[in-house]
Amino acid sequence: MAKKNPVKTTGAAKRPVRAAKSAANGHDTQHAVEQFLYRQAELLDEKRWQDYIDLFAEDGMYWMPPEPSHTTWDGMPAIFAEDKNLMTVRMKRVLHPDAWSQRPLWGTNHVVGNVVVERESPNGDVVARSRFHMMELRRDDVRHFAGLYIHHLKKTKDGYRIKLQRVDMTNAQAAFDYVLQVWV
Amino acid sequence: MLHEHVPNLAKFVEPDRVRREVYTDAAIFEMEMERIHERVWVYCGHETQVPKAGDYYTTQIGRQPMLMVRDKDGKVNVLYNRCPHRGSMMCGDRSGNAGEFFRCSYHAWTFHHDGRLKNIPMMESGYAETRWGRDNPDCNMKRAARVENYRGFVFASLAEDGPGLLEFLGRSKVAFDDICDRSPEGKVEIVPNCFRVIQHSNWKIFLENQLDALHPSVTHQSTGRAAREVELQIEKRTGKIPLSYHMLSAFSTVTIEKWDNFQTLNYPFGHCILTGYMGLRPKDPDTLEYERVLAKAYGEKRKEEILTTNIHHVLIYPGLSVQSPLQQLRAVRPLGVDKTLTEIWHFRLKGAPEPIYRRALAYYNLVNSPATLINADDLENFWKAHQGLSSEGGDWVSFHRHYGRDIEKEGMVETAAGCGTSEAPMRNQMKAWTQYMTAEK
Repeated sequence: MAKKNPVKTTGAAKRPVRAAKSAANGHDTQHAVEQFLYRQAELLDEKRWQDYIDLFAEDGMYWMPPEPSHTTWDGMPAIFAEDKNLMTVRMKRVLHPDAWSQRPLWGTNHVVGNVVVERESPNGDVVARSRFHMMELRRDDVRHFAGLYIHHLKKTKDGYRIKLQRVDMTNAQAAFDYVLQVWV
Repeated sequence: MLHEHVPNLAKFVEPDRVRREVYTDAAIFEMEMERIHERVWVYCGHETQVPKAGDYYTTQIGRQPMLMVRDKDGKVNVLYNRCPHRGSMMCGDRSGNAGEFFRCSYHAWTFHHDGRLKNIPMMESGYAETRWGRDNPDCNMKRAARVENYRGFVFASLAEDGPGLLEFLGRSKVAFDDICDRSPEGKVEIVPNCFRVIQHSNWKIFLENQLDALHPSVTHQSTGRAAREVELQIEKRTGKIPLSYHMLSAFSTVTIEKWDNFQTLNYPFGHCILTGYMGLRPKDPDTLEYERVLAKAYGEKRKEEILTTNIHHVLIYPGLSVQSPLQQLRAVRPLGVDKTLTEIWHFRLKGAPEPIYRRALAYYNLVNSPATLINADDLENFWKAHQGLSSEGGDWVSFHRHYGRDIEKEGMVETAAGCGTSEAPMRNQMKAWTQYMTAEK
């Protein structure tokens, strides 16, 4: 959290309506980004926390602002503002045998859609937005969370890595019934 | 009359134990709202939440929806969020600016920011020869009976009579002095964000946990150990540990035995203080710079007094938990016998260097956000407590720990040396509860 925000990004309101014109291989980019987002969502639902963290670049950030007008987490209240170190704390805590508040483990189901590649740089880096809907079951209680993902993806030889994932959750404005355990 | 449903209320509380119904009985909850929350001083908000004339913020006192609003003279008023005409809620948003005046969306009655009636459409023709008119005080938006502001923190009471705010707060007022004095200007301003989290448990369970020094190293051990592992890895790589990790790893490094070294101070009206400095005075350049700024503002001696104020947590019964060294507080809004809302706020020390704000912000985000690695465990405990108390597996809640070893002096109770995990704060809260609940009107 102490790190400077490497990427400025805004919420939905100020974003361009149309998708940016992609490079010639636009279809391939669209497909590759979609596959990446689906895979990321799958890792959450399968609780493969380390694999999930590995999708982030070394300086990558997972950020959930409390309201859409925020343009940075730096010095701001945030629901999540986690670099890989803090993400690792969260993972180790959830997996710790004495994390009894995490028993019974919850189940989630993420659906990601409306994927728009907003920008593709000549080096292959991409900014993409998408919408998600997540249903969670904990004991007998069902909760729903939904919102906007904005991914700043870096192209590497091993595929995309997340430089920044911004999560504008529609529920962020409401009172939370219990709390969030891991990333949404 | 509710008290007829619950006769002999005093029999529910003994000095060292409490009947389970106190937490689970819906009739007792309604009595609590009537006899405690809707009579005592309740924290409404900070004046910097409503900086301009017409700015309002909705809040709740007991079961009553209220508005905190600043008027044109700069005064902060607390009104019922209700139009006196047909009873409609006046402001449907959580906060905003009312403009020149409040205007009811139903029939366009308008009111000044202090609640006085401004205008009713076609008033002269519509209300001639009725008993409804400008002179009738029932035509105004109803005001909280009493409103007081201590160093920017606005409290209201719905009872005409009772102790004034400072008499009510007593020694617990140090919560606000400690927050404000840590600013070189003696002032704080709100960080404009409120984390709101609902707990499925009785409001008293939350309050009793706040000064329960026995629970942290048990309840939060998984987070403490995870943070400790990662901070050691970071130290190996970089030679340094980010300060914010200490806020989490302390839950594993401060073991259960060490918590007995802390002390609780228990005051009239149920207020309590947990001492124990939170390790916020390291020797890094940011802290040293902050100390220079404070010394310049207050002088060396006063600076030392301020920075050595020995507070971990201040509980202002029945609805406020303040962590003054980190400039944050949690306001408790009971929603039902088994449902409680906490509103969590953070304040910025005016004139203090930015890194000091960021240090407290890290705690606000890591410990108090809705993705908290800490309160997640507390909330689970509270829910389990409420579930257990709803069963007939036992009648009493035990507050026996270190009972009989409390030291009474000068109208207060302090725990003896080595008794930091004493359940004295719970006993003190229930003592106040009994006084409120059995008081003659």
